[in-house]
Amino acid sequence: MMYVVLGFIVWGAGWVLNVYLANGKQSNAWAMQILIPLIFGLTIVLVWECFVIGFEVNPVFLPRPSDIVLRMVSETSRLWADFYQTIIKGALTGYIIGGLAALAIAILADRSDFLTRGVLPVGSFMAALPIVGIAPIFVKWFGSDWESKAAVVAVMVFFPILVNIVAGLRDTTVMQRDLMRTYGAGYWPTLIKLRIPAAMPFIFNGLKIATTLALIGAIVAEFFGSPTVGMGFRISTSFGQLALDMVWAEIAVAALAGSAFYGIVTLIERGVTFWHPSQR
Amino acid sequence: MGVRVKSVLPVLTVILAVVLIWIIAVVPMNMHLTADQAQRDGLIVAPDTPKARQDFSGTRLAFKNPHLISLTYVGKRPNLPSPHQVAVEMYKTVFGKKITSKRSLVYHGWVTLAPTLLGFVMGTLLGIMLAVGIVYSRVMDKSVMPWAIVSQTIPILALAPMIIVVLGAAGIHGVLPKSIIAAYLSFFPVVVGMVKGLRSPDAMQLDLLRTYNTNNSQGFWKLRLPSSTPYLFASLKIGISASLIGTIVAELPTGAKAGFGARMLVGDQYGQPILSWAALFAAAITAATLVGIIALIERGTLRQMGMKSA
Repeated sequence: MMYVVLGFIVWGAGWVLNVYLANGKQSNAWAMQILIPLIFGLTIVLVWECFVIGFEVNPVFLPRPSDIVLRMVSETSRLWADFYQTIIKGALTGYIIGGLAALAIAILADRSDFLTRGVLPVGSFMAALPIVGIAPIFVKWFGSDWESKAAVVAVMVFFPILVNIVAGLRDTTVMQRDLMRTYGAGYWPTLIKLRIPAAMPFIFNGLKIATTLALIGAIVAEFFGSPTVGMGFRISTSFGQLALDMVWAEIAVAALAGSAFYGIVTLIERGVTFWHPSQR
Repeated sequence: MGVRVKSVLPVLTVILAVVLIWIIAVVPMNMHLTADQAQRDGLIVAPDTPKARQDFSGTRLAFKNPHLISLTYVGKRPNLPSPHQVAVEMYKTVFGKKITSKRSLVYHGWVTLAPTLLGFVMGTLLGIMLAVGIVYSRVMDKSVMPWAIVSQTIPILALAPMIIVVLGAAGIHGVLPKSIIAAYLSFFPVVVGMVKGLRSPDAMQLDLLRTYNTNNSQGFWKLRLPSSTPYLFASLKIGISASLIGTIVAELPTGAKAGFGARMLVGDQYGQPILSWAALFAAAITAATLVGIIALIERGTLRQMGMKSA
């Protein structure tokens, strides 16, 4: 019971502290923008810990955050192997293949206005579909190792990236293209020097959407067959053993990997599209 | 409308090209299976042992045995079913069975659709409420909003099956666990979109309301909420397809007995790939219909309000 009361106290204290910080003079400072959500997150974790102890929640339903952290420390090597198998081999390979394929198709379609008008609606339609359902089929086709995961990821990321590249390549004004023509630039110089750079904000928008999809595809595909390593494999087998703290440790790794992946793409975007109003 | 009519022909061309590639791919994908079966049925196949055939690619095998090509389209357990096989299976299971039958795709569709819609409604309502909170409370804006954005980079969907089992163990069964996942997935797009939408009136408009001496709630109902409508619909379209995908993934590996996800998995496990493909396409058509319905409502509503979509 004491822990339940403690949980409420922590919650109240965190909230009061955040009210104070958010309404304070410095609230728009750079450090505060990070500190306030951090306090909020930490409060939730502490309240979680207190309530799990206080209400004596069965760890099969919800483990304590401290148990999860302990697991992450004691199983680091295994978590790393899973991370390498799923994220680096499966998700990243598929992401790159899907992205390059989308670029190739987009440039092919770009040669004709007719094809562009066809690819754009079909692509955005496909992007809304439950493509992840192909996972069992692909695992059968490409075997249970990372190749099948990369294939699922490649198909999943293909459409959002394609749509954004095609839309981006249309995003130049007649004036800009005329200027290139006065320089005597043909199709390819115009594409490389003007239209691809101009499309970059769109392309990165697609790449950012695709990061989460890539992780989802790689993890879900492992539910249908995998070698004895990988995040999806570990989640489903640990779950079978009721080792929920391991499941949550993998979830934490997935969350960190997802945010890091997104963050890296955003950083690259900042470097590449420094000229765009949204980055200034 | 003019733009739409202009796009019909290109769209049809692209779809036709995709189907054509599919039809061509059927031959090499199924050639080995077909050759094995043909040999068992007493047809002459070159080379004449399955082992020797493994050294050939599907395409080369097809060139060596042109008389088998037509058979690749009618195999019972193809690697890649041909479009007409999928279409026939869909027709049979949608129109050919009673909708209460366990073999009817309409029945499975409803099993998936009900939690999707329930979850979508829950997620949308909660999302709008949180967005209002974020717009009007500085503390919530500063502490919750960053997490709402970060949460979109986390592959929560991949954990849907586990969440189902945990909720099942906690005694929550039936439609509810799946709708919780559907709700969660439609929640954040709505929050992010609505926060943007409720903040979309510019300073000029807010100032005008202040000169009218309006209070906060009038400002909300008369300016902020109406001007957020285009953003709301943009998020609803993302939310509904996310909800459906969430429900399907939740059904996939958890041993669910009914629903599109269960259907895809059953077809895969019991060697009936045509079944999986039919379920996959049915799910795709359902997703497209749901997004289409929202787009229609969007167009009607925005036209009534004299607005453009976001």
